[in-house]
Amino acid sequence: MSEPSTTTTPTTSLSNTFWGLCLVALALTAGIPAPAEAADDEFRTVAVVEPFLEMHTGPGRGYPIFHVVDRGESIEILMQRTWWYQVRTAKGVVGWVDEKQMNLTLNPDGTGANFSPASLQDLIDSKWEVGFMAGDFGGANMVSMYGAYSLNPNLSIEVWGSQILGDFSNGWMGNVNVVHETWPEWRFSPFFTMGAGIVHTSPKSTIISGDDRTDEVGHVGAGLRIYATQRFLLRAEYKSYVVFTSRDDNEEIEEWKVGFAFFF
Amino acid sequence: MESRIRVLFLIAAFIGLSGCAATKNLFGIGPKEAPPPASEPPGQVIDPAVERREVKEPKIDREDFEAGGFAGIMSVEDFGTNVVYGVRIAYHITEGFFVEATAGQTEAGLTSFEVLSGGAPIISEDERTLTYYNLNLGYNLLPGEGFIGEGRAYNTAFYLVAGLGSTRFAGDDRFTVNFGGGYRFLFTDSIAFHVDFRDHLFDIDVLGEDKTAHNLEGHVGVTVFF
Repeated sequence: MSEPSTTTTPTTSLSNTFWGLCLVALALTAGIPAPAEAADDEFRTVAVVEPFLEMHTGPGRGYPIFHVVDRGESIEILMQRTWWYQVRTAKGVVGWVDEKQMNLTLNPDGTGANFSPASLQDLIDSKWEVGFMAGDFGGANMVSMYGAYSLNPNLSIEVWGSQILGDFSNGWMGNVNVVHETWPEWRFSPFFTMGAGIVHTSPKSTIISGDDRTDEVGHVGAGLRIYATQRFLLRAEYKSYVVFTSRDDNEEIEEWKVGFAFFF
Repeated sequence: MESRIRVLFLIAAFIGLSGCAATKNLFGIGPKEAPPPASEPPGQVIDPAVERREVKEPKIDREDFEAGGFAGIMSVEDFGTNVVYGVRIAYHITEGFFVEATAGQTEAGLTSFEVLSGGAPIISEDERTLTYYNLNLGYNLLPGEGFIGEGRAYNTAFYLVAGLGSTRFAGDDRFTVNFGGGYRFLFTDSIAFHVDFRDHLFDIDVLGEDKTAHNLEGHVGVTVFF
C-alpha cells in the first residue's frame, strides 16, 4: 500500500494550483468596489403610480413590510438581487421591493417601467447558461459542468468539462457540442446534440498497471430540459460516445446524466 | 371709440374661440375628429422643433454573485482533525435557490494504527494533503433577521446545501457526495459572514476494508456580493 503510485506526483502541483486559485479569489474580492460608493446621480429613478408601494426589510417574501411609498413619490433603485430591488425614497428610507410592484411604476419619461418578469420567453431569449450535472459514464461516476451560448432560440453551443471517477481508472473529459432544441417554447423541451472532444484516463495504480491515455471522442445524444422556475431548469440526458483509441477497435461508452442549469 | 372697443372684443372673442377649438378634445367635449385616412400622408402642418426627450436609464447594479474564503476544521475519518482552508463562489438564482462551488484543502494526520505500531506510514506525506471541490445546490430554508441591541437589524438565512464533487486524498481522486447547512449573516447588503457544517462522503480502502468515510467539516467564512 505504501508504494508510490502514478497519481502521487500531481498532488503537489494540484496543491499549488489550489493556492493559486485562492489568491485569485482573494484578489477578485479585494478588487470589488463597494456598491454604495457609486455616484448618487447614477441610480435609475422611477415614480410610484399605484396607491402605494411596499418596502420590505430584506430581499424575500417573508421579510416584513416596514415602509409604504405613496403615489406620486419617486424612488431610486440602488441594486437588484435575484428578483428584488433595493430602493431609496426621497426621504432616504432604504428597503426592498419585489419585481411585481416595480413593474407598476413609471419611468421619468412617463412610460411604464419594465422590470422583465422571468417568463418562459425570457428564458428562451437569454443567451448564457451554466449548469452542473452528474451521472454515470460507462460504469464510472461523473461530475460535469458546462457553459452554453445560444445562437438562436433553437441552436446553442456548449463547452463541457467533466471529471470521471471510476473503480479502475480516473480521468477527465472536455467536449464542445451543438444542441438543437426543437420546441424551445415547451416547458418539457426535448433536445438533440452532437459534438467532439478529448478524454484523458489514468488507471488506478493499486489495481491495474497501465499508462495514462488521451484519446479523441465523438458523441451524439438526446435529452430533456424542464423549465422549473424563473431562471432555473432541470436537465437529463443520454449520450453515446465513441472513443477513437490507438488500438484496433474503437471503444463505445454510454453516458447518463441529470442536473440543473441557470440562465444569465 | 365705440368701434375700437368692438374691434377689441371681436379680436378677444376670435382668439378665445380658436383656443377652445384647439383644446376642445382635451376634455373630451365635442365630436371626435376622424383620423386622416392612412393611405393619404398628412401634410406637414407643424414643424416639431422640440426633440423627443431621450432618457438614458442607468443600469441597475445586479448583485447575484457571492465570493469569498473560509477557514475551519475538518475531520478526515481515521486520519485525525486538522485546519481546513478554502474558497467559495455562489450564484443566487432566485430568493430561495443558489448554486455554489467550493474548494478546500486540509492536511490529514496519522491513523491510530500508525501511531501505535510505530511502523511504516500507510500513505506518503504528499498523499496526506486532502484537496476537494464540490458543485452544490443550496436553498435558503429559513431567511430572517438577526437583531443586535434595539436599533440594529441584519438579514440572515439558514440554508441547506448538497452536491457532488471530487476529493484527492491518499493517492486517488474520489467521487464525493457532500451535504450540510449553514448560516449567513449579512453585515451590510454586500458583505456576509458564514458559519457552515458539511459532511463529505467518499469510499476509501487504504485501511484494509472498503468503506464509506464521513469527513466532517466546520468552518467560518466571509463573502462579498457582486
